[in-house]
Amino acid sequence: MRADHDVIASLVPAGSRVLDLGCGDGTLLAELIRRGADGLGVEISDDGVLACLQRGVPVLQDDIDKGLGDLEDDSFDIVIMSLTLQAVHHPALVLQEMSRVGRKSIISFPNFAHWRLRTQLAASGRMPVSPLLPYSWYETPNIRLCSIKDFEALAHAEGLTVEQRILLDEGGSREGAVAERAANLLAAGAVYLLRR
Amino acid sequence: MGATDDTRRSLGLVETQRVVLFTEDDPLVLDSGETLFPVEVAYETYGERAADDRNVVVICHALTGDAHAAGHHGDPDRPGWWDTLIGPGKPVDTDRLFVISSNLLGGCQGTTGPSSIDPATGEPYGLRFPLFTVSDLVKVHRKLLAHLGIRRVLAAVGGSLGGMQVLQWALDHPDELENGVVVCATARLSAQNIAFSAVARAAIMNDPDFADGDYYATGKGPDHGLSVARMMAHITYVSEESMRQKFGRRIQDRDEPRFGLGVDFQVESYLQHQGKAFLDRFDANSYLYLTRVMDYFDPFADAAVVRAQLAKTKTKFLVLSFDTDWRFDTSHSRGIVRTLTAHRVPVTFREIPSPHGHDSFLLDVPEYHRTVAAYLDRALEESV
Repeated sequence: MRADHDVIASLVPAGSRVLDLGCGDGTLLAELIRRGADGLGVEISDDGVLACLQRGVPVLQDDIDKGLGDLEDDSFDIVIMSLTLQAVHHPALVLQEMSRVGRKSIISFPNFAHWRLRTQLAASGRMPVSPLLPYSWYETPNIRLCSIKDFEALAHAEGLTVEQRILLDEGGSREGAVAERAANLLAAGAVYLLRR
Repeated sequence: MGATDDTRRSLGLVETQRVVLFTEDDPLVLDSGETLFPVEVAYETYGERAADDRNVVVICHALTGDAHAAGHHGDPDRPGWWDTLIGPGKPVDTDRLFVISSNLLGGCQGTTGPSSIDPATGEPYGLRFPLFTVSDLVKVHRKLLAHLGIRRVLAAVGGSLGGMQVLQWALDHPDELENGVVVCATARLSAQNIAFSAVARAAIMNDPDFADGDYYATGKGPDHGLSVARMMAHITYVSEESMRQKFGRRIQDRDEPRFGLGVDFQVESYLQHQGKAFLDRFDANSYLYLTRVMDYFDPFADAAVVRAQLAKTKTKFLVLSFDTDWRFDTSHSRGIVRTLTAHRVPVTFREIPSPHGHDSFLLDVPEYHRTVAAYLDRALEESV
């Protein structure tokens, strides 16, 4: 299981009704369903949807940038979006839609202000590449890169409250407590549990 | 397996069987309260039934389908109407699944309908045949299963009106279907959909040979009206793009237009052929009743009823639409998805790209077939 999935799964109470936006091949949802959740995915890619079908994970093939019009208000306990926020065109709209259809949201993303990325850009003068951001600039799906500070500002502007924040290291696992002192510099990514 | 490799084969020769399911002592009680007997049903089965019935798939046909879904009746070049989907190595894989396909109530291909003899009069029913609902169609499917001694259904699969039956079945009997595959269907016809049906019925009923539906003994029927109805319906089954590609503005059998009022463009010739060919296999009264069934279909109308039905359902759904279908466009399928997900019913939904419009569900569209194959494979695995 992907390390950040493990962190996310730890935030999902058993028996929750879960929506996973950009669920990919359905790995996280399959694990959550195995742990007793009731899950639905949204995925845009043909390969991802087919993999979900093969796993028996219910999935709607859709573009989350166009909103979640087929889903009713408050129809989920938790809406998850793992390492996908940076790949959508309209992050603010997606955050609004997440908080409309679910009581709580879990969002993970890579922190573009991580010291190693800052150093790479400063030292080499070229766009940084890292385990959480592995693509070259000309082929990356990650078009809305942000820092932890940026994300918290957006969440605040959208009226969302941070219930919990878990910092991630470069492998996507939980960071040590020391990173909390300067999260925007020391954490490679973060997982947020948000509520309206 | 399925559409992605070369293991697809034909079922070969298949046979239609018939059985009387409802009798005077045990009539079909319709939603209207009227009773109907005898009700005979034509059906076919493909594949081998597992001892524990865990591999049973029921096919529900669309407006003008019949029991003969797959294989052939003697001429391999004239296979059943869903032979693209059903057969050994195909998405509905008869090497592993036991498939039942029957002609609908009100039809005209072996199942009791308006052209059948009314035992009360000894004459064909005509318009004295009672009106019925999609729920009534489901009652007949279930009675056939009971007759065959089948105790569980892995999946009911249908396109268009077929998908509507699958949906109604899951609502009426929440504990019966393990899976429902609903392709380019709707939970409610739009005004435009009903308008097309209305014009089709007007063409039939205003034909001078319609004789108020009692045309069976006259030696002629409302052929003109029925063929016009079919021509118009056919336009709604294909996309503008596919018509443009297939016909464009080309002239039939020559290069220059004739400049007359007769058939001149290829598309006219094609539609005329479709209309005429339809007369050989379809009864005008059946067309009236089955289009009317669709108009009145509205299973999500009462939110409280739907909530109660879906709270109990054990059915999982695969809902598919095609991007060029304008007969029941994707918004119809999304409407079904919206209601099912709102009630926590597991649904997988895809809009499949295909140039062929509504008819795509009958055709070999690889992404569509891959999807159905993957879904049914998984369903069979989970059904142990």
